[in-house]
Amino acid sequence: MTSPSQVLARAAALRAGFEEAGAQVVETPVLQPADTLLDLYGEEIRARAYVTSDALRGEQMLRPDFTVPVVQMHMADGAEPARYTYSGEVFRRQEHDPSRANEYLQVGFEVFDRANVAAADAEVFALFAQAVAHLKLRAATGDIGILMAAVRGLQTSDARKAALLRHIWRPRRFRGLLDRYAGRVRPSEQRIALIEGKAAPCKAPLIGRRRQSEIDQRIDVLRADAAEPPIAAGEVDLLDALLGVREMLPFAHQQLSDLAMDMPNISGAVSRLAARTEALASRGVDVDALPFEASYGRTSMEYYDGFVFGFYSAQRPDLPPLATGGRYDALTQRLGDDDAAIPAVGGVLRPDLIVQLEASQ
Amino acid sequence: MTVRLGVPSKGRLMEKTFDWFGARGITLSRTGSDREYAGAVDGVEGVSLILLSAGEIPRELAAGRINFGVTGTDLVQEKLPLWEQQVEPVRELGFGFADLVLAVPMAWVDVETLDDLDAVATAFRQTHGLRLRIATKYHRLVREYLRHGGVADYALVDSQGATEGTVANETAEAIADITSSGETLRANHLKVLSDGPILRSQATLWRSRNAKVTADERQVVAELVARVEG
Repeated sequence: MTSPSQVLARAAALRAGFEEAGAQVVETPVLQPADTLLDLYGEEIRARAYVTSDALRGEQMLRPDFTVPVVQMHMADGAEPARYTYSGEVFRRQEHDPSRANEYLQVGFEVFDRANVAAADAEVFALFAQAVAHLKLRAATGDIGILMAAVRGLQTSDARKAALLRHIWRPRRFRGLLDRYAGRVRPSEQRIALIEGKAAPCKAPLIGRRRQSEIDQRIDVLRADAAEPPIAAGEVDLLDALLGVREMLPFAHQQLSDLAMDMPNISGAVSRLAARTEALASRGVDVDALPFEASYGRTSMEYYDGFVFGFYSAQRPDLPPLATGGRYDALTQRLGDDDAAIPAVGGVLRPDLIVQLEASQ
Repeated sequence: MTVRLGVPSKGRLMEKTFDWFGARGITLSRTGSDREYAGAVDGVEGVSLILLSAGEIPRELAAGRINFGVTGTDLVQEKLPLWEQQVEPVRELGFGFADLVLAVPMAWVDVETLDDLDAVATAFRQTHGLRLRIATKYHRLVREYLRHGGVADYALVDSQGATEGTVANETAEAIADITSSGETLRANHLKVLSDGPILRSQATLWRSRNAKVTADERQVVAELVARVEG
Protein backbone atom coordinates (compact mmCIF):
# COMPACT_ATOMS: atom_id res chain seq x y z
CA MET A 1 0.00 0.00 0.00
CA THR A 2 1.13 3.54 -0.67
CA SER A 3 0.60 6.19 1.99
CA PRO A 4 -0.66 9.73 1.33
CA SER A 5 2.59 11.15 2.77
CA GLN A 6 4.63 9.13 0.27
CA VAL A 7 2.52 10.54 -2.55
CA LEU A 8 2.87 14.10 -1.23
CA ALA A 9 6.63 13.71 -0.91
CA ARG A 10 6.83 12.40 -4.46
CA ALA A 11 4.69 15.28 -5.73
CA ALA A 12 7.02 17.77 -4.02
CA ALA A 13 10.07 16.11 -5.56
CA LEU A 14 8.54 16.14 -9.04
CA ARG A 15 7.63 19.80 -8.72
CA ALA A 16 11.15 20.58 -7.51
CA GLY A 17 12.43 18.85 -10.65
CA PHE A 18 10.33 21.14 -12.83
CA GLU A 19 11.52 24.14 -10.81
CA GLU A 20 15.08 23.11 -11.51
CA ALA A 21 14.16 22.99 -15.19
CA GLY A 22 13.35 26.70 -14.97
CA ALA A 23 9.68 26.80 -13.97
CA GLN A 24 8.12 29.25 -11.55
CA VAL A 25 5.89 27.68 -8.86
CA VAL A 26 2.25 28.80 -9.02
CA GLU A 27 -0.87 28.12 -6.96
CA THR A 28 -4.47 28.39 -8.12
CA PRO A 29 -7.74 28.44 -6.15
CA VAL A 30 -9.53 25.12 -5.66
CA LEU A 31 -12.90 26.76 -6.36
CA GLN A 32 -13.23 27.86 -9.97
CA PRO A 33 -16.11 29.90 -11.43
CA ALA A 34 -18.40 27.38 -13.15
CA ASP A 35 -19.19 29.72 -16.05
CA THR A 36 -15.71 29.63 -17.55
CA LEU A 37 -15.55 25.84 -17.46
CA LEU A 38 -19.11 25.46 -18.79
CA ASP A 39 -18.34 27.85 -21.65
CA LEU A 40 -15.27 25.87 -22.54
CA TYR A 41 -16.42 22.28 -22.11
CA GLY A 42 -20.20 22.56 -22.30
CA GLU A 43 -22.73 20.86 -20.07
CA GLU A 44 -20.73 17.64 -20.16
CA ILE A 45 -18.28 19.04 -17.59
CA ARG A 46 -21.02 18.61 -14.98
CA ALA A 47 -20.62 14.85 -15.33
CA ARG A 48 -16.90 15.18 -14.56
CA ALA A 49 -16.58 18.04 -12.07
CA TYR A 50 -18.15 18.62 -8.67
CA VAL A 51 -20.41 21.64 -8.62
CA THR A 52 -21.19 23.69 -5.54
CA SER A 53 -22.66 27.15 -5.07
CA ASP A 54 -23.37 30.05 -2.78
CA ALA A 55 -25.77 32.96 -3.04
CA LEU A 56 -23.03 35.52 -3.71
CA ARG A 57 -20.77 33.92 -6.29
CA GLY A 58 -23.21 31.47 -7.81
CA GLU A 59 -22.00 28.16 -9.16
CA GLN A 60 -18.41 27.11 -8.48
CA MET A 61 -16.58 23.97 -9.49
CA LEU A 62 -13.95 22.09 -7.56
CA ARG A 63 -10.89 22.43 -9.82
CA PRO A 64 -11.06 19.54 -12.34
CA ASP A 65 -7.65 20.52 -13.73
CA PHE A 66 -5.03 23.28 -13.51
CA THR A 67 -4.69 24.21 -17.15
CA VAL A 68 -7.55 26.69 -17.28
CA PRO A 69 -6.65 28.66 -14.11
CA VAL A 70 -2.94 28.65 -15.02
CA VAL A 71 -3.69 29.98 -18.52
CA GLN A 72 -5.97 32.68 -17.04
CA MET A 73 -3.30 33.65 -14.54
CA HIS A 74 -0.69 33.88 -17.28
CA MET A 75 -2.99 35.95 -19.52
CA ALA A 76 -3.75 38.33 -16.64
CA ASP A 77 -0.21 39.18 -15.60
CA GLY A 78 2.34 36.77 -16.95
CA ALA A 79 5.66 37.83 -18.45
CA GLU A 80 6.88 36.17 -21.65
CA PRO A 81 8.22 33.62 -22.13
CA ALA A 82 7.04 31.78 -19.03
CA ARG A 83 7.41 28.34 -17.49
CA TYR A 84 5.15 27.33 -14.62
CA THR A 85 4.93 24.32 -12.34
CA TYR A 86 2.30 23.40 -9.76
CA SER A 87 1.28 20.57 -7.52
CA GLY A 88 -2.15 20.15 -6.03
CA GLU A 89 -5.34 18.20 -5.87
CA VAL A 90 -7.89 17.98 -8.64
CA PHE A 91 -11.40 16.62 -8.23
CA ARG A 92 -13.27 14.42 -10.69
CA ARG A 93 -16.75 13.00 -10.37
CA GLN A 94 -16.78 9.30 -11.15
CA GLU A 95 -20.07 7.79 -12.24
CA HIS A 96 -18.91 4.71 -14.11
CA ASP A 97 -15.82 3.28 -12.52
CA PRO A 98 -15.67 3.10 -8.70
CA SER A 99 -11.98 2.11 -8.85
CA ARG A 100 -10.98 5.51 -10.24
CA ALA A 101 -10.02 8.20 -7.75
CA ASN A 102 -12.30 11.22 -7.44
CA GLU A 103 -9.60 13.32 -5.76
CA TYR A 104 -5.91 13.09 -6.62
CA LEU A 105 -2.70 15.06 -6.94
CA GLN A 106 -1.46 16.45 -10.23
CA VAL A 107 2.00 17.88 -10.80
CA GLY A 108 2.22 19.99 -13.91
CA PHE A 109 4.60 21.91 -16.12
CA GLU A 110 3.42 24.47 -18.66
CA VAL A 111 5.43 26.49 -21.19
CA PHE A 112 4.23 29.74 -22.79
CA ASP A 113 6.79 30.55 -25.44
CA ARG A 114 6.48 32.04 -28.94
CA ALA A 115 10.09 31.54 -29.94
CA ASN A 116 10.45 27.92 -30.96
CA VAL A 117 7.34 25.77 -30.87
CA ALA A 118 9.10 22.50 -31.80
CA ALA A 119 11.74 23.05 -29.12
CA ALA A 120 9.05 23.76 -26.48
CA ASP A 121 7.17 20.56 -27.43
CA ALA A 122 10.37 18.56 -27.14
CA GLU A 123 11.35 20.23 -23.87
CA VAL A 124 8.03 19.26 -22.24
CA PHE A 125 8.00 15.70 -23.60
CA ALA A 126 11.63 15.06 -22.64
CA LEU A 127 11.06 16.32 -19.06
CA PHE A 128 8.05 14.05 -18.61
CA ALA A 129 9.80 11.08 -20.22
CA GLN A 130 12.69 11.59 -17.83
CA ALA A 131 10.40 11.85 -14.77
CA VAL A 132 8.88 8.41 -15.50
CA ALA A 133 11.86 6.77 -17.25
CA HIS A 134 12.49 4.24 -14.43
CA LEU A 135 8.92 2.87 -14.78
CA LYS A 136 9.42 1.57 -18.34
CA LEU A 137 6.12 3.01 -19.54
CA ARG A 138 4.62 2.88 -23.01
CA ALA A 139 4.61 6.32 -24.63
CA ALA A 140 1.93 7.46 -27.06
CA THR A 141 2.16 10.56 -29.24
CA GLY A 142 0.02 12.22 -31.85
CA ASP A 143 -0.69 15.56 -33.47
CA ILE A 144 -4.21 16.94 -33.71
CA GLY A 145 -2.86 19.81 -35.85
CA ILE A 146 -2.28 17.49 -38.82
CA LEU A 147 -5.89 16.32 -38.84
CA MET A 148 -7.11 19.91 -38.48
CA ALA A 149 -4.96 20.99 -41.42
CA ALA A 150 -6.35 18.12 -43.50
CA VAL A 151 -9.93 19.19 -42.75
CA ARG A 152 -9.13 22.82 -43.61
CA GLY A 153 -7.78 21.62 -46.94
CA LEU A 154 -10.91 19.74 -48.03
CA GLN A 155 -12.50 20.92 -51.31
CA THR A 156 -15.77 21.96 -49.71
CA SER A 157 -17.62 24.89 -48.18
CA ASP A 158 -16.33 26.82 -45.16
CA ALA A 159 -19.54 25.95 -43.29
CA ARG A 160 -18.82 22.22 -43.69
CA LYS A 161 -15.20 22.62 -42.67
CA ALA A 162 -16.23 24.60 -39.59
CA ALA A 163 -18.70 21.88 -38.57
CA LEU A 164 -16.05 19.15 -39.01
CA LEU A 165 -13.48 21.15 -37.04
CA ARG A 166 -15.98 21.73 -34.25
CA HIS A 167 -16.40 17.96 -33.91
CA ILE A 168 -12.80 16.87 -34.32
CA TRP A 169 -12.79 15.64 -30.69
CA ARG A 170 -16.02 13.68 -31.18
CA PRO A 171 -15.09 10.96 -33.69
CA ARG A 172 -18.63 9.55 -34.02
CA ARG A 173 -20.23 12.84 -34.94
CA PHE A 174 -17.24 13.74 -37.13
CA ARG A 175 -17.75 10.49 -39.07
CA GLY A 176 -21.50 11.10 -39.34
CA LEU A 177 -20.93 14.58 -40.77
CA LEU A 178 -18.27 13.35 -43.18
CA ASP A 179 -20.59 10.60 -44.49
CA ARG A 180 -23.33 13.16 -45.01
CA TYR A 181 -21.05 15.67 -46.76
CA ALA A 182 -19.71 12.86 -48.97
CA GLY A 183 -23.25 12.10 -50.12
CA ARG A 184 -23.25 8.68 -48.47
CA VAL A 185 -26.42 9.35 -46.50
CA ARG A 186 -29.64 10.16 -48.33
CA PRO A 187 -31.59 13.03 -46.79
CA SER A 188 -35.11 12.23 -45.52
CA GLU A 189 -38.16 12.88 -47.72
CA GLN A 190 -39.18 15.58 -45.30
CA ARG A 191 -35.79 17.28 -45.61
CA ILE A 192 -35.87 17.11 -49.42
CA ALA A 193 -39.35 18.69 -49.41
CA LEU A 194 -38.14 21.46 -47.09
CA ILE A 195 -35.13 22.24 -49.28
CA GLU A 196 -37.20 22.22 -52.46
CA GLY A 197 -39.78 24.51 -50.86
CA LYS A 198 -42.48 21.85 -51.22
CA ALA A 199 -43.09 21.16 -47.55
CA ALA A 200 -46.63 21.64 -46.26
CA PRO A 201 -46.77 24.81 -44.15
CA CYS A 202 -46.48 24.22 -40.42
CA LYS A 203 -49.75 25.03 -38.65
CA ALA A 204 -48.34 25.04 -35.13
CA PRO A 205 -47.59 28.42 -33.57
CA LEU A 206 -43.94 29.25 -33.00
CA ILE A 207 -43.18 29.09 -29.29
CA GLY A 208 -40.01 29.82 -27.36
CA ARG A 209 -37.08 32.15 -27.85
CA ARG A 210 -35.85 30.96 -31.22
CA ARG A 211 -37.30 33.36 -33.79
CA GLN A 212 -38.73 32.74 -37.26
CA SER A 213 -35.77 34.62 -38.76
CA GLU A 214 -33.41 32.05 -37.21
CA ILE A 215 -35.42 29.18 -38.70
CA ASP A 216 -35.42 30.88 -42.12
CA GLN A 217 -31.68 31.44 -41.90
CA ARG A 218 -31.09 27.79 -41.12
CA ILE A 219 -33.25 26.74 -44.08
CA ASP A 220 -31.06 28.97 -46.27
CA VAL A 221 -28.00 27.24 -44.83
CA LEU A 222 -29.55 23.82 -45.55
CA ARG A 223 -30.34 24.87 -49.14
CA ALA A 224 -26.82 26.17 -49.68
CA ASP A 225 -25.43 22.93 -48.28
CA ALA A 226 -27.70 20.82 -50.53
CA ALA A 227 -26.42 22.77 -53.55
CA GLU A 228 -22.83 22.05 -52.52
CA PRO A 229 -21.26 19.12 -54.41
CA PRO A 230 -20.38 16.10 -52.25
CA ILE A 231 -16.84 15.77 -50.89
CA ALA A 232 -15.08 13.48 -53.40
CA ALA A 233 -14.61 9.84 -52.38
CA GLY A 234 -10.88 10.22 -53.01
CA GLU A 235 -10.67 13.00 -50.43
CA VAL A 236 -12.50 10.92 -47.83
CA ASP A 237 -10.14 8.00 -48.53
CA LEU A 238 -7.12 10.26 -47.99
CA LEU A 239 -8.57 11.47 -44.70
CA ASP A 240 -9.15 7.85 -43.64
CA ALA A 241 -5.59 6.94 -44.64
CA LEU A 242 -4.32 9.84 -42.54
CA LEU A 243 -6.43 8.79 -39.53
CA GLY A 244 -5.05 5.26 -39.89
CA VAL A 245 -1.37 6.27 -39.63
CA ARG A 246 0.09 4.37 -36.67
CA GLU A 247 3.83 3.75 -36.76
CA MET A 248 7.08 4.56 -35.06
CA LEU A 249 7.76 8.26 -35.53
CA PRO A 250 10.15 8.13 -38.55
CA PHE A 251 7.84 5.78 -40.53
CA ALA A 252 4.78 7.79 -39.55
CA HIS A 253 6.52 10.91 -40.81
CA GLN A 254 7.32 9.13 -44.08
CA GLN A 255 3.69 8.04 -44.56
CA LEU A 256 2.40 11.53 -43.75
CA SER A 257 4.90 13.09 -46.19
CA ASP A 258 3.57 10.74 -48.88
CA LEU A 259 0.01 11.74 -48.03
CA ALA A 260 1.02 15.41 -48.20
CA MET A 261 1.72 14.96 -51.94
CA ASP A 262 -2.05 14.52 -52.40
CA MET A 263 -3.06 16.73 -49.48
CA PRO A 264 -0.83 19.79 -49.89
CA ASN A 265 -2.65 21.50 -47.02
CA ILE A 266 -1.04 19.27 -44.42
CA SER A 267 2.53 19.89 -45.55
CA GLY A 268 3.02 22.75 -43.05
CA ALA A 269 1.83 20.55 -40.18
CA VAL A 270 3.98 17.64 -41.42
CA SER A 271 7.09 19.83 -41.50
CA ARG A 272 6.29 20.92 -37.95
CA LEU A 273 6.22 17.21 -37.05
CA ALA A 274 9.65 16.82 -38.67
CA ALA A 275 11.01 19.81 -36.74
CA ARG A 276 9.60 18.38 -33.50
CA THR A 277 11.13 14.96 -34.23
CA GLU A 278 14.50 16.61 -34.70
CA ALA A 279 14.09 18.64 -31.50
CA LEU A 280 13.12 15.46 -29.60
CA ALA A 281 16.17 13.64 -30.92
CA SER A 282 18.45 16.48 -29.92
CA ARG A 283 17.00 16.22 -26.39
CA GLY A 284 18.08 12.59 -26.32
CA VAL A 285 14.65 11.02 -26.99
CA ASP A 286 14.89 7.75 -28.95
CA VAL A 287 12.56 8.82 -31.75
CA ASP A 288 13.03 5.58 -33.72
CA ALA A 289 11.21 3.77 -30.91
CA LEU A 290 8.60 6.46 -30.23
CA PRO A 291 5.09 5.50 -31.43
CA PHE A 292 2.96 8.01 -33.32
CA GLU A 293 -0.80 7.67 -33.92
CA ALA A 294 -2.56 10.23 -36.08
CA SER A 295 -5.86 9.78 -34.22
CA TYR A 296 -4.33 9.78 -30.71
CA GLY A 297 -5.90 12.31 -28.38
CA ARG A 298 -9.13 12.70 -30.30
CA THR A 299 -11.44 11.32 -27.63
CA SER A 300 -10.03 12.45 -24.33
CA MET A 301 -8.04 15.62 -24.84
CA GLU A 302 -10.40 18.23 -26.08
CA TYR A 303 -8.45 21.44 -25.89
CA TYR A 304 -5.25 20.11 -27.41
CA ASP A 305 -4.77 21.25 -30.99
CA GLY A 306 -1.21 20.19 -31.84
CA PHE A 307 1.30 17.78 -30.33
CA VAL A 308 -0.26 15.35 -27.80
CA PHE A 309 1.33 12.69 -25.62
CA GLY A 310 0.62 10.19 -22.85
CA PHE A 311 2.50 7.61 -20.80
CA TYR A 312 0.81 4.28 -19.96
CA SER A 313 1.74 1.24 -17.93
CA ALA A 314 1.94 -1.88 -20.10
CA GLN A 315 1.66 -4.17 -17.05
CA ARG A 316 -1.30 -2.30 -15.64
CA PRO A 317 -3.52 -1.37 -18.60
CA ASP A 318 -6.35 -0.82 -16.11
CA LEU A 319 -4.59 2.28 -14.75
CA PRO A 320 -5.29 5.71 -16.23
CA PRO A 321 -2.28 7.30 -18.01
CA LEU A 322 0.49 8.27 -15.55
CA ALA A 323 1.24 11.41 -17.54
CA THR A 324 -0.54 13.30 -20.32
CA GLY A 325 0.03 16.56 -22.09
CA GLY A 326 -0.01 18.52 -25.28
CA ARG A 327 -0.16 21.81 -27.09
CA TYR A 328 -3.19 24.08 -26.60
CA ASP A 329 -2.57 27.27 -28.59
CA ALA A 330 -6.28 27.90 -29.25
CA LEU A 331 -7.17 27.74 -25.56
CA THR A 332 -5.12 30.84 -24.79
CA GLN A 333 -7.11 32.63 -27.48
CA ARG A 334 -10.47 31.47 -26.14
CA LEU A 335 -9.67 32.42 -22.56
CA GLY A 336 -8.12 35.77 -23.38
CA ASP A 337 -8.53 38.08 -26.34
CA ASP A 338 -7.09 37.48 -29.78
CA ASP A 339 -4.02 39.70 -29.28
CA ALA A 340 -3.06 37.95 -26.08
CA ALA A 341 -3.05 34.46 -27.66
CA ILE A 342 0.26 32.70 -27.15
CA PRO A 343 1.52 29.24 -28.12
CA ALA A 344 1.38 27.00 -25.06
CA VAL A 345 2.30 23.42 -24.28
CA GLY A 346 2.32 21.45 -21.05
CA GLY A 347 1.38 18.33 -19.20
CA VAL A 348 0.57 16.69 -15.88
CA LEU A 349 1.90 13.77 -13.88
CA ARG A 350 0.01 11.54 -11.42
CA PRO A 351 2.31 11.05 -8.40
CA ASP A 352 -0.21 8.67 -6.76
CA LEU A 353 -0.04 6.28 -9.70
CA ILE A 354 3.74 6.62 -9.98
CA VAL A 355 4.20 5.62 -6.32
CA GLN A 356 1.65 2.81 -6.70
CA LEU A 357 3.43 1.40 -9.73
CA GLU A 358 6.85 1.66 -8.09
CA ALA A 359 5.54 -0.32 -5.11
CA SER A 360 4.31 -3.11 -7.38
CA GLN A 361 7.48 -3.38 -9.46
CA MET B 1 -37.30 -11.75 9.07
CA THR B 2 -39.16 -11.54 5.81
CA VAL B 3 -38.39 -10.76 2.20
CA ARG B 4 -39.45 -7.19 1.47
CA LEU B 5 -41.27 -6.23 -1.72
CA GLY B 6 -41.51 -2.51 -2.52
CA VAL B 7 -44.47 -1.38 -4.61
CA PRO B 8 -45.65 2.10 -5.71
CA SER B 9 -47.93 3.45 -3.04
CA LYS B 10 -50.63 5.06 -5.15
CA GLY B 11 -52.37 5.54 -8.45
CA ARG B 12 -52.64 3.39 -11.56
CA LEU B 13 -49.15 2.01 -11.13
CA MET B 14 -50.11 0.55 -7.73
CA GLU B 15 -53.42 -0.88 -9.00
CA LYS B 16 -51.81 -2.48 -12.05
CA THR B 17 -49.01 -3.93 -9.93
CA PHE B 18 -51.60 -5.43 -7.56
CA ASP B 19 -53.47 -6.89 -10.57
CA TRP B 20 -50.27 -8.28 -12.07
CA PHE B 21 -49.31 -10.14 -8.87
CA GLY B 22 -52.97 -11.14 -8.36
CA ALA B 23 -52.96 -12.88 -11.75
CA ARG B 24 -50.05 -14.98 -10.41
CA GLY B 25 -51.86 -15.98 -7.24
CA ILE B 26 -50.19 -13.41 -5.02
CA THR B 27 -52.65 -11.02 -3.45
CA LEU B 28 -51.26 -7.64 -2.46
CA SER B 29 -53.45 -5.28 -0.49
CA ARG B 30 -53.31 -2.09 1.48
CA THR B 31 -54.32 -2.38 5.09
CA GLY B 32 -55.63 0.19 7.51
CA SER B 33 -56.89 3.55 6.37
CA ASP B 34 -56.35 5.04 2.93
CA ARG B 35 -53.73 7.41 4.30
CA GLU B 36 -51.67 4.73 5.96
CA TYR B 37 -48.96 3.14 3.79
CA ALA B 38 -49.17 -0.39 5.18
CA GLY B 39 -49.84 -3.51 3.18
CA ALA B 40 -50.32 -7.27 3.30
CA VAL B 41 -49.29 -10.20 1.08
CA ASP B 42 -51.31 -13.40 0.69
CA GLY B 43 -50.53 -16.42 -1.41
CA VAL B 44 -46.81 -16.62 -0.67
CA GLU B 45 -45.17 -17.11 2.72
CA GLY B 46 -42.52 -14.87 4.17
CA VAL B 47 -43.00 -11.78 1.98
CA SER B 48 -43.94 -8.38 3.36
CA LEU B 49 -45.25 -5.46 1.36
CA ILE B 50 -43.67 -2.02 1.58
CA LEU B 51 -45.54 0.82 -0.08
CA LEU B 52 -43.25 3.55 -1.38
CA SER B 53 -43.20 6.38 -3.88
CA ALA B 54 -42.08 4.94 -7.25
CA GLY B 55 -39.23 7.46 -7.28
CA GLU B 56 -37.82 6.14 -3.99
CA ILE B 57 -37.84 2.49 -5.00
CA PRO B 58 -34.51 2.58 -6.93
CA ARG B 59 -32.72 4.06 -3.93
CA GLU B 60 -34.26 1.51 -1.52
CA LEU B 61 -33.22 -1.34 -3.83
CA ALA B 62 -29.68 0.00 -4.08
CA ALA B 63 -29.48 0.39 -0.29
CA GLY B 64 -30.66 -3.21 0.11
CA ARG B 65 -33.55 -2.14 2.36
CA ILE B 66 -35.97 -3.96 0.06
CA ASN B 67 -35.29 -7.26 -1.74
CA PHE B 68 -37.68 -6.64 -4.63
CA GLY B 69 -39.23 -3.51 -6.05
CA VAL B 70 -41.53 -2.44 -8.86
CA THR B 71 -40.59 0.75 -10.71
CA GLY B 72 -39.81 2.08 -14.17
CA THR B 73 -36.62 1.46 -16.13
CA ASP B 74 -36.28 5.24 -16.51
CA LEU B 75 -36.08 5.85 -12.76
CA VAL B 76 -33.63 3.01 -12.16
CA GLN B 77 -31.27 4.17 -14.90
CA GLU B 78 -31.52 7.85 -13.95
CA LYS B 79 -31.06 7.41 -10.22
CA LEU B 80 -28.60 4.53 -9.93
CA PRO B 81 -25.03 4.80 -11.22
CA LEU B 82 -23.85 1.41 -12.52
CA TRP B 83 -27.43 0.20 -12.14
CA GLU B 84 -26.65 -3.26 -13.57
CA GLN B 85 -24.39 -3.94 -10.61
CA GLN B 86 -26.99 -2.88 -8.05
CA VAL B 87 -30.24 -4.33 -9.34
CA GLU B 88 -31.31 -7.12 -11.65
CA PRO B 89 -34.50 -7.01 -13.74
CA VAL B 90 -36.67 -10.05 -12.92
CA ARG B 91 -39.70 -9.41 -15.14
CA GLU B 92 -41.00 -6.61 -17.31
CA LEU B 93 -44.60 -6.15 -16.23
CA GLY B 94 -46.11 -5.03 -19.55
CA PHE B 95 -47.60 -1.74 -18.35
CA GLY B 96 -46.42 1.73 -17.45
CA PHE B 97 -44.94 2.09 -20.93
CA ALA B 98 -43.23 5.41 -21.43
CA ASP B 99 -40.48 6.75 -23.65
CA LEU B 100 -37.96 9.36 -22.58
CA VAL B 101 -37.83 11.64 -25.62
CA LEU B 102 -36.20 14.86 -26.75
CA ALA B 103 -38.79 17.32 -28.10
CA VAL B 104 -38.58 20.70 -29.82
CA PRO B 105 -41.23 23.17 -31.08
CA MET B 106 -43.24 21.81 -34.03
CA ALA B 107 -42.59 25.10 -35.79
CA TRP B 108 -38.89 24.25 -35.98
CA VAL B 109 -39.41 22.76 -39.46
CA ASP B 110 -35.63 22.69 -39.92
CA VAL B 111 -35.09 20.27 -37.03
CA GLU B 112 -35.78 16.55 -37.44
CA THR B 113 -32.77 14.81 -35.92
CA LEU B 114 -30.07 15.16 -33.29
CA ASP B 115 -27.77 16.36 -36.12
CA ASP B 116 -30.09 19.30 -36.68
CA LEU B 117 -30.36 20.02 -32.97
CA ASP B 118 -26.56 20.14 -32.75
CA ALA B 119 -26.32 22.64 -35.60
CA VAL B 120 -29.17 24.75 -34.21
CA ALA B 121 -27.65 24.72 -30.71
CA THR B 122 -24.41 26.18 -32.05
CA ALA B 123 -26.22 28.86 -34.06
CA PHE B 124 -28.48 29.63 -31.08
CA ARG B 125 -25.49 30.22 -28.85
CA GLN B 126 -23.96 32.58 -31.41
CA THR B 127 -27.19 34.53 -31.82
CA HIS B 128 -28.40 34.70 -28.23
CA GLY B 129 -25.12 34.43 -26.32
CA LEU B 130 -26.54 31.59 -24.27
CA ARG B 131 -26.49 27.86 -24.66
CA LEU B 132 -29.68 26.20 -25.89
CA ARG B 133 -31.61 25.13 -22.79
CA ILE B 134 -33.17 21.70 -22.42
CA ALA B 135 -35.62 21.31 -19.54
CA THR B 136 -35.71 17.91 -17.87
CA LYS B 137 -35.62 15.99 -14.63
CA TYR B 138 -33.58 13.18 -16.21
CA HIS B 139 -30.21 14.94 -16.06
CA ARG B 140 -27.93 11.92 -16.16
CA LEU B 141 -29.73 10.07 -18.93
CA VAL B 142 -30.04 13.14 -21.14
CA ARG B 143 -26.43 14.20 -20.62
CA GLU B 144 -25.16 10.70 -21.43
CA TYR B 145 -27.34 10.54 -24.53
CA LEU B 146 -26.15 13.90 -25.83
CA ARG B 147 -22.52 13.12 -25.05
CA HIS B 148 -22.86 9.87 -26.98
CA GLY B 149 -24.51 11.79 -29.83
CA GLY B 150 -21.74 14.40 -29.78
CA VAL B 151 -23.95 17.39 -28.92
CA ALA B 152 -22.14 19.88 -26.66
CA ASP B 153 -23.57 23.40 -26.97
CA TYR B 154 -26.52 23.04 -24.63
CA ALA B 155 -27.46 23.58 -20.98
CA LEU B 156 -29.77 21.44 -18.89
CA VAL B 157 -32.32 23.28 -16.78
CA ASP B 158 -34.05 21.41 -14.03
CA SER B 159 -37.78 20.90 -14.37
CA GLN B 160 -39.58 18.64 -11.93
CA GLY B 161 -43.05 19.10 -13.40
CA ALA B 162 -45.07 20.70 -16.24
CA THR B 163 -41.91 20.37 -18.33
CA GLU B 164 -43.89 20.68 -21.59
CA GLY B 165 -44.78 24.26 -20.65
CA THR B 166 -41.20 25.49 -20.28
CA VAL B 167 -40.70 26.25 -23.98
CA ALA B 168 -43.81 28.48 -24.26
CA ASN B 169 -42.73 30.16 -21.01
CA GLU B 170 -39.29 30.76 -22.54
CA THR B 171 -37.39 29.11 -19.72
CA ALA B 172 -36.13 26.44 -22.16
CA GLU B 173 -35.83 25.91 -25.93
CA ALA B 174 -36.35 22.14 -25.89
CA ILE B 175 -37.38 19.47 -23.40
CA ALA B 176 -36.53 15.88 -22.51
CA ASP B 177 -39.38 14.11 -20.77
CA ILE B 178 -41.36 10.92 -20.43
CA THR B 179 -44.29 10.48 -22.78
CA SER B 180 -46.62 7.57 -23.38
CA SER B 181 -48.89 8.77 -26.19
CA GLY B 182 -47.31 12.07 -27.18
CA GLU B 183 -50.67 13.78 -26.56
CA THR B 184 -49.32 16.33 -24.05
CA LEU B 185 -46.40 17.13 -26.33
CA ARG B 186 -48.71 17.83 -29.27
CA ALA B 187 -51.02 19.95 -27.13
CA ASN B 188 -47.98 22.05 -26.24
CA HIS B 189 -46.90 22.38 -29.90
CA LEU B 190 -43.87 20.14 -29.44
CA LYS B 191 -42.57 17.30 -31.62
CA VAL B 192 -40.23 14.40 -30.92
CA LEU B 193 -36.88 14.09 -32.75
CA SER B 194 -36.90 11.27 -35.28
CA ASP B 195 -33.76 9.49 -33.97
CA GLY B 196 -35.88 7.42 -31.60
CA PRO B 197 -36.31 7.74 -27.85
CA ILE B 198 -33.46 8.21 -25.38
CA LEU B 199 -34.89 5.28 -23.44
CA ARG B 200 -37.93 3.00 -23.62
CA SER B 201 -39.27 2.40 -20.15
CA GLN B 202 -41.90 0.17 -18.57
CA ALA B 203 -42.84 -0.98 -15.08
CA THR B 204 -40.38 -3.71 -14.12
CA LEU B 205 -39.91 -6.01 -11.15
CA TRP B 206 -36.31 -5.63 -9.90
CA ARG B 207 -34.30 -7.69 -7.48
CA SER B 208 -31.72 -5.92 -5.32
CA ARG B 209 -28.18 -7.25 -5.64
CA ASN B 210 -27.24 -5.45 -2.43
CA ALA B 211 -29.86 -6.84 0.00
CA LYS B 212 -28.48 -9.38 2.44
CA VAL B 213 -30.56 -12.55 2.82
CA THR B 214 -30.54 -15.41 5.35
CA ALA B 215 -30.79 -19.03 4.19
CA ASP B 216 -34.54 -19.04 4.89
CA GLU B 217 -35.04 -15.81 3.01
CA ARG B 218 -33.07 -17.12 0.08
CA GLN B 219 -35.71 -19.85 -0.34
CA VAL B 220 -38.48 -17.27 -0.26
CA VAL B 221 -36.63 -15.18 -2.88
CA ALA B 222 -36.28 -18.24 -5.11
CA GLU B 223 -39.95 -19.09 -4.71
CA LEU B 224 -41.09 -15.58 -5.49
CA VAL B 225 -38.89 -15.48 -8.60
CA ALA B 226 -40.26 -18.87 -9.72
CA ARG B 227 -43.85 -17.72 -9.19
CA VAL B 228 -43.50 -14.54 -11.22
CA GLU B 229 -41.48 -16.14 -13.99
CA GLY B 230 -43.86 -19.11 -14.39
